[in-house]
Parts: sequence; structure tokens; C-alpha cells
Amino acid sequence: MKKSVLFGTMAAAAVVAGAAGAGTLEDVIARGELNCGSNAGLAGFSAPDANGVYQGFDVAFCRAIAAAVLGDPMKVKVIPLSSETRFTALAAGEVDMLARTSTWTYSRDNDLKLDFVGVNYYDGQGFMVKKSLGVSSAKELDGATVCIQTGTTTELNLADYFKSNGMTYEPVPLKDNAEAEQQYTAGACDVYTTDASGLAATRATFADASEHVLLPEIISKEPLALVVRHGDNQWADIVKWTFNALLTAEELGITSTNVDEMAAAPGVNPEINRLLGTEGELGAMMGLSKDWAVKAIKAGGNYGEIFEANIGASTSIGLARGLNALWTQGGLQYSPPFR
Amino acid sequence: MADTAFVRDKMLAPQKAPSSEVGALRWMRENLFSGPLNTILTLAALYFVYVIVATIGPWLSRSVWNASTLQECRAIVEASFGEGKKGACFAVINERWQQIIFGFYPRDLYWRPTLTMVLMLVALGPVLFTWVPRKLLWFSFAFPAVAFWLLWGGTVWLPVAILLAFGVAYAAYRVLTPVNGLLGIVAAIIAPILYWLYLCAPLANVLETALPFGLRTLQSHEFGGFLLSSVIGVSGIAFSLPLGILLALGRQSDLFVVKTTCVAFIEGFRGVPLITLLFVASLLLNYFLPPGTEFDVILRVIIMVTIFSAAYMAEVVRGGLAALPRGQYEAADALGLDYWQAQRLIIMPQALKVSIPGIVGNFIGLFKDTTLVSFISLQDPLQLVASIRANQEWNGIYWELFIFVGLLFFAFCFPMSRYSMYLERKLKTDHR
Amino acid sequence: MSTAVDAPGSNFRLGMLIYDTRYRSLTIQVVFLALLIAFFVWLVDNTIHNLSLKGKDFDFGFLFVRAGYDINQTLVEYTNDSTHGRALVVGLLNTLFLAFLCCVLATIIGLIAGVLRLSKNWIVSRLMAIYIETVRNVPVVLWIVLVNAIMSISMPEPKEFRGENPSASMILFDSVAVTNRGVYLPEPLFEHGMGSLQLGYFSVSLNLLAILAVIIGSVWGYRRIQASATKVQHVTGVRPVTWWKSVLIITVPIVALKFALGFHLGYPELKGFNFNGGLQARNSLIAMWIALSVYSATYIAENVRAGVMAISRGQTEAALALGLRSGLALRLVVLPQALRLIVPPLISQYLSITKNTSLAIAVGYMDLRSTLGGITMNQTGREMESMLLLMGIYLTISLIISALMNVYNKSIALKER
Repeated sequence: MKKSVLFGTMAAAAVVAGAAGAGTLEDVIARGELNCGSNAGLAGFSAPDANGVYQGFDVAFCRAIAAAVLGDPMKVKVIPLSSETRFTALAAGEVDMLARTSTWTYSRDNDLKLDFVGVNYYDGQGFMVKKSLGVSSAKELDGATVCIQTGTTTELNLADYFKSNGMTYEPVPLKDNAEAEQQYTAGACDVYTTDASGLAATRATFADASEHVLLPEIISKEPLALVVRHGDNQWADIVKWTFNALLTAEELGITSTNVDEMAAAPGVNPEINRLLGTEGELGAMMGLSKDWAVKAIKAGGNYGEIFEANIGASTSIGLARGLNALWTQGGLQYSPPFR
Repeated sequence: MADTAFVRDKMLAPQKAPSSEVGALRWMRENLFSGPLNTILTLAALYFVYVIVATIGPWLSRSVWNASTLQECRAIVEASFGEGKKGACFAVINERWQQIIFGFYPRDLYWRPTLTMVLMLVALGPVLFTWVPRKLLWFSFAFPAVAFWLLWGGTVWLPVAILLAFGVAYAAYRVLTPVNGLLGIVAAIIAPILYWLYLCAPLANVLETALPFGLRTLQSHEFGGFLLSSVIGVSGIAFSLPLGILLALGRQSDLFVVKTTCVAFIEGFRGVPLITLLFVASLLLNYFLPPGTEFDVILRVIIMVTIFSAAYMAEVVRGGLAALPRGQYEAADALGLDYWQAQRLIIMPQALKVSIPGIVGNFIGLFKDTTLVSFISLQDPLQLVASIRANQEWNGIYWELFIFVGLLFFAFCFPMSRYSMYLERKLKTDHR
Repeated sequence: MSTAVDAPGSNFRLGMLIYDTRYRSLTIQVVFLALLIAFFVWLVDNTIHNLSLKGKDFDFGFLFVRAGYDINQTLVEYTNDSTHGRALVVGLLNTLFLAFLCCVLATIIGLIAGVLRLSKNWIVSRLMAIYIETVRNVPVVLWIVLVNAIMSISMPEPKEFRGENPSASMILFDSVAVTNRGVYLPEPLFEHGMGSLQLGYFSVSLNLLAILAVIIGSVWGYRRIQASATKVQHVTGVRPVTWWKSVLIITVPIVALKFALGFHLGYPELKGFNFNGGLQARNSLIAMWIALSVYSATYIAENVRAGVMAISRGQTEAALALGLRSGLALRLVVLPQALRLIVPPLISQYLSITKNTSLAIAVGYMDLRSTLGGITMNQTGREMESMLLLMGIYLTISLIISALMNVYNKSIALKER
């Protein structure tokens, strides 16, 4: 139930559609816009360009879902959230979903009442050091000063790692990536630790990127996932299956360039036909249109295209697919069948 | 004739004073080198100025205003001033200054906040300066609604309908006062509330369908930069003034319960840092409201900021009240005025006048404190600086952006603090 | 006898609750109280409802659970195996420590700047005016960030101290190292120290206690010697020579204790990545300390200036006319009057300094907000409990400071007759 509260003249500013209503899908459609929580500034994942439009890997998934639901990938309001406020913002209904490099953990799933619906990036916590430090393994970091972003899982992983290896360290907790990066480049800490993808993204923005190395140790599992609130299964399904559609598209060779052609008429592969809506009524089961997957794929391409365009080897971030390759190519990205 | 002593029989032309007693030299001797301590201080100060200029000067003088990335900037500096030279790269300001000032407000709509700013100056005129016609006060009164409409857009009828509540209150008061004085006051309070709750929105809808007129609606998340700081700062002060006056009166009241509550409120909110209240706004406020209620985060922040600054405002107004001679209260009583009449006609006009410097001071403090909203990831100037630095083009840039933000704040706050000093001096002479 | 005003209770009507001034205030208060209680009940009810909707409870048990994170500056013993409650204590002590440092430095800078601002030296007073106006018209967060950046960018890295021909070197006879990770100072060490006393949650160093006790004892002894000398002077008119007694009683016990405890200084030494040994004042601490002090000092300077200017020149002249030397005139006549004006705003500055220490978030100084209201809150997801506790603690500190202020104000209030 949605209660309207009017506080004097400011009342109208409060008229932001009630997302805690019956269904998030209805709210999003009524609003005509998807509220997507993401990073305020992490190169390659989510950062505003000169026109104030957010771009990046995480944002691309917001756009795909907006395209699937509303038919227009630009109907997304990207809401930048800090690592300290992101889950509360989601729980409070300020955003419909999070695509903000959020690690799927047991206690977040259960204690914070969230649903992690699709791992868009399999990551792990790594270390970045300057080459001139002459360190080639994290085991050599005894006594080092370490920059960390506060309010993340990395803080606890770090404590555990150094403890189990019998080493000491000096933590420098910082509030965001920009601050941590500044301290690291100035040499106020020897090591910067966060998700390996974040490290690569940060390194890519350095003018002297080749002077910095990522150490081989990955000290934790960080499955970065798309997150929705507990309790709205329909919405969780939409986010989950839009993501899966992008994965399946890559598996089946559907790209943003050939999707129109393939969706024009039923082809020989029945799974492609089901996915693109030329056969069956898969979209209707979730309350979406027949060609929802077509729109989602057209928004930014399939999973592989999104990866390559934003953080892939050809970009300055230069991440390899690694664990994020499709299962058919030795990676972990695996979509359940569209049937 | 030779026996007489020398007698001067004509005036000597006046001589120039010795060079050590005139002009710059004398001034220097008296003002800079009048004693050993003073000499040391002067030399230390000169050295200090030299160090500052020698550190920052060359860097500033080699500034670049046109480039699209930091690397390009550095290359230009090295090309024009030689290898290894460092220079300021103000090109980032050149490219992004609009973002720092307006946030993500759509570019084609920049005229709206600008117009609001101009109108605000007009609205402040009659409040701050005595020579502005009093009639303008009506505009000042309506300004919040106008500003709201201009900034957020939407139909013009909503703010109109909201303002109509004051007409409703006045009408209720007029109609019912002859019946019963108390009933009139109660009705004047309850009628507008009922009106807001049940009539306002439908009325606005009806008017909108009948006579559609409005601006493009914008969402709060598009606000950022100095626009956001100003919106939070100005509305915080504007809304906290009435609340602060009530609290100050409550604190002076003889009614034990009212007084205790007001003291607890004032001391309670003055005793915690603003940043904890901002965290409450961003994390907890939704818990305190009925389930399903939703507020825009900027509105939540404005609510908390208003409460916070009301506690300070109450102390400023209390200072103003305390500055009034006892005789003013007694005179009001002697005239047979009741409590509210005395406040409205005698006490408040004087107390508020004395309080204006304090209120301006509060505003400066609050405006500076709006930078704290970056810690709950609202897009204030500092947060925007962080996101600009997250871009590949401008990664590694630091001082230039902070200097720009600092200068902007200075440009706002310095004139205000000068104004408050001017007013203080003016008020002082009034009372002597 | 006289026609008394209507006796209460005899013919009470309901309308009297509003129209009779004897009852009206009572009525208003009862109605107000009822509304207030209703409001709070509404808030609490909403909160309970919302918490249960999210499946959360209200429980401070998380304070006794293992924290699991590290804190860099710990004034009491703390490891990542300690509880969240202990992390809270560490944060609180860090907050108080920072607030104390800032209050001291801000007072010193503020006094100097305030006096220099009044100086006849043109360039100095101009410079102070520029300092005061620029610093106070720019948000303090900006200053904190800037000082931190200056510290981390322009100071040498520890590795620059290394090698045959290091590009940086330690200062003050190789005892202090200024690096971009903070300043390393020598630390006091005790060869045969006395260990520490366990007091439940805290452990108190016995060495520190012994030193404190000896100093207090010495001061007390010195006072006694002076008092007895004054007594003799009153009786005989001649003040006995006491300086050697004073010197003895001040120096001998502390020197004896130094040897007894085997006191020596531990110097910082470059080992591995960082300096080891010695005390480290981290960048974040220094940035907070300097920025907050310099910022608050501008307000203190203005108070000092106003206080001194408010004392009319006549007061000094009158004191001189009475035959007081200028030092005594300052001490007995001008200062007591100026302090009456300076101290109350000074204490409210202390209050705002204490609250402003919460801006430590900008540079990652581990204060109360960063431990309890930051990492603990995030790791446990207990935002309600953490925030209420956090605000409660800040409120308590503030109320204690303002209580002290009230005591002082009462003691110096002009006795008006």
C-alpha cells in the first residue's frame, strides 16, 4: 500500500513513484524509467561522461533491462551510490536494482534481505603495486601499507589473508576509489587492494599504467552480481532472465548487428526462435513483450559485446575474459536453457 | 652696523622633511620596523609570502586552458615551457565547469536555475536592505513556490494550489473569528492542512486539464554541484527560520512541558554532528515513517538539515530576544496586547532585526556544510570532483578542481560575511 | 470578606479550561504533551513495523561479536579478533584524542592570529586578515582534503630514505622522520617497566601511572615549599632562599624514576616497507589535526580580537595610574575582563571542533564514526542501532562540554546588584 505524505510546499518533491508498491515492474512501467543504482565513478564499469551520461559495463546491464522492460535503453536513471549506502538504498526502494560491483555473500543475501540474481562478473580481490617496489608476490607484503576502500568485503578479506599468512600490515581506509587512487599514486601506500577488475580499471586510467603490476594472488572469491530486493519474484526473474538472455545470445552467436535479421523470421535453431520471440510466448510468462530479448540484445549487444566494448582487451581497461568466458570456452558464465 | 648680532630678516623657504620622515620610508619605519619584534615579524611575513608565491606562482603562470585530456595538457606545458616543467591544467575547468555548477541538469535548461538565482536576489532584497520597497515582501513570500516550480518543473498549478492554502487559512480565520476567536485560530491551522491533504492535488489536476501550462519535469537526481548546495542551503535556512522562532519562544515560555521539550530539541540537535544526521536522512528516515512512504533523498536531506539548523536558529533568535529591553515586553503588556499580538507587533520585528547577522552567519555555516552531502553520495561539488577524476581523460588531476570549488565557495561566502559585518556595525550604532 | 475571585472547583465549567488563565496553561501543556507522546508512539510504531517488514530486530548483541577488521591507530589494545564493542572504544578514544589535539593547537594559533591581527605592523595584520577571511569562507572538508593531499604528495616516501645517498633524511638528530605516510617520532620505552594494570576493558600502563604520581608529588612538594616560604616571609619579613629546594624536589624524583624504570627513547628505523619502532602520527591524523585547527583558529582569532577590543583603553590606563606594572596590569585588569568575553565562545568552538572530528571520513582517520558508524555498521547491517548509539555518544560528549561551559559562565558572571 502506498501512502502519500504531504509536507507543506515540498510535497510535490516527494512525488517519486512508490517503488514499494505491489510490483516493481508496474512501478517501473508507470514511471517510464528504470532506477538503477551504480558506481559514482569507476572507469569502465560506471562513470559519467562530459554530458553527464553514465557509461560502462555495469550500466550496460541497466540499459539492457530498461530496453527489455520499457523498449528504450536510454530510459534509465543511473543513481550513483557509495559502497556504504548502496544496500540501504535498494532496500528503501530508492533504486529498482543494483548493478554496482556488489559481491554476493551469504550474509548479504540472508541478513540484508537481498536477492543476487545474476553474476555479471566473476572477480576476486587482488593487489596492485608499483613495479619499482620489486614485489612479485603478495606473500612478500609483510609490513606494507595497504590502501583499502572502506565499507566493502575487501576489508575483512585483507585482515583474514594477512593473519593466515602470519604477516602484518598497516591499513589506510579510504572512502572511495578516487581517494584510494590518489593515495596510492602519491605513494602514501605500497599496495592498493580491491576487486581485480577494479584494479585493472584504475590502472587503465594511469598515464604510466605499465609501471604498475597486479600481483598473481587472488585472495577471495568476489562474484559481482546484479541485486534486487527480496520478495518481488517477478522482478527478480526479469532481471535474472534478461541477463541470461544476453549470455545465451553470445552462446548462440546473436549479436547486436545480426539480431534484427535473425528476429525477422523463424530460423532453423528452435532455441534462437524461442529467445527472439519468433516462436512461443516466453516474454509473456514474465509480463513482457514478445521481443523483449531482441530489444535487450540491441541495447548494447550480447554479454561478450558488452564486455569487449567496456572493459575488454581492446579497451584501455584491458581485462581478459578469464573466468568470465562462456562455459563452452572454459569459463564460468553459463545460462540455463530457454525452454 | 657690524656689531649687531645676526638677525634673520626674511623667512627661510620651508625645507623638505628628512627622507626618513616622509612617504614610504616613514610609513615603513612606523608600520613595519618600529621595534625588534616588529622587524622580525615583518621579515617572517615577507619570507612567508615569498615562499607561497615561489611555490605556486610558476605553476599558476604556466596554466593551460584548452586541452581535452590531462596528458595533452602536460604535453602542452612541456612544449611551451620546456622539459620537466609543471603547470596548472585549468582545461578541466574549461570543459567541466558547467557540471560543477549545475550538476547533471539538462544543458538546454540552465536558464531555469539561473533565473531562480536572480529571482532569489530580488526576493532577498526587501529582507536584507531597507531601501527596497516593502511591497516586494509579497514576492519574497511567494518565492519558495516559484523557485520550486522553476527548478523541478511540472505543472504551474501545483505550486499555485499549494499557495492557495494561505488564502484558505485566511478565509477560515475571517469567517470563524466573529463566531469564536479561538475557533478562528484553530480553523486557520486545520483548514490548510485538510486542504493540502485532500483538495490540493485534485484541484491542481483539474486546473492542469483545464489550462495546461508547465515546464519539463526534472528529477532530483539531476541536481548537482553548486545548484544542489544552494538548494539545500537556502531551503534549509528558509524553512528553519519559522521553526527556530517557535523553538526560541518555546524555550522562553513559562510552560514547563513546552520549555523542556524545546530545550531538549535544541540541545539534542546541536549536540550531534551534521554528518550523523545526514546518515540518518539517507539510512534511517524511511524507518520512522509509515511503511511504503517514500521520499526523495534530497527532500530527506533538506528535512534533516532544516531540523539541524532550526536548533541553531533558535539560539540566534533567543539572542535577539535577550537583547530586547524588558520595557518592550512590559509596554506591550500595558497596551493590552495578548501574547501573539505582542510577539507579532512588538517583539519579533525588533528581535529578528537584531538577529539578522546571526542568521546570515548560520547560513554561511550551513552552505559550507552542504559539502558533507557528498558522504552520502549526493552529487555536490566535491562528489562531482571525484567523478570527474574517475574519468580516464582527467585522472590524476587534483589541485585545479579543488581550487575552483574553493574559489566558488569563497565567492559566495565572503560577500555574505561582509554583509553580516556591515549589518552588525549598522545595528550597533542604532542602539547607542 | 472581599469579593473573592471565583473559587476554584465550586462551579467549574469546561470552558474555563481555555478561558481561565489559571487553567489555560495547564490545558495547553496537557494537550501539547499528549500530542508529543502520540508523535513518539507513531514514530516507534512505524519503526517496529518497518523493522519487522525487513525481518530485522533491534539488538545490540552485535557489539560482542568478533569485529574481523583492523584499525591502524589504536590507543588501547585491539586486534581483528576483538569485538565490535572494543572497536567502538578504540574509535571513541581516537575521536577524543583528535579533538583534544585540535583544541590545543586551535587555541594557540587562534590566540596568536587574533593578537597579530590587531598588530600595528601593516603587513602582518593584513596577512592575518587574509588568512582569517580565506580559511573561514571555504568549507572545512576542502581544507582537510587539501592538507592530506599536500602531506601525501609533497613529503618523501619511506623508500627515499634508503640507500647510500638517500634523497630524504631524518631530522632532529635522526630521531624524526617526516614521510608521506605520516611523521615518525621517537617513543618512550622502559627497560624494566612495571607492566600494566588490567581494569576490565582497559589496561593501564603502570609506568605511566608512576610517572604521573611522581609529577603530581613533585608539584605538591614545590607548592608546599613556596607556601612555607611565604609564611616565613609574612612573619619575619624576609623570604628564605628556596630555589635549591625547588630544583631538587622537581628534578630528583623524576630522574630517579627514569633510572629505576630504565627509560630510553626508541627511534624509528627503516625496515622493509616502512619505518618501524617509534610513534607514528599518520597522515590522516595530521591532516585532520592541522586542517581542523587552522580552520577553527580563524573563529577563535576573531573572538580574541573582539574580546581585546571590547576592553576600553581606559582600563589599562587606570591600572597604570594605580601604579601597576604593565605585566600586572595585563594580568590583573585587562585579561580577566577580556577572558569573560573570550572564553564562552572559545568553549563553543571546542564543541564544534569535537563534532567536526566526524569529518575524518574524508581522509580515513579511524574515529568513532569510521569504526562504529562505518565499518561496523556496514559489516553487521545494523544501521539503526549503530546510528542511535553513535548519536548518543556524540550527544553525551557535547552535553558534558556544555555543562562545563555553564559552570564556568556561572563562576565569572558579573554579580549585578
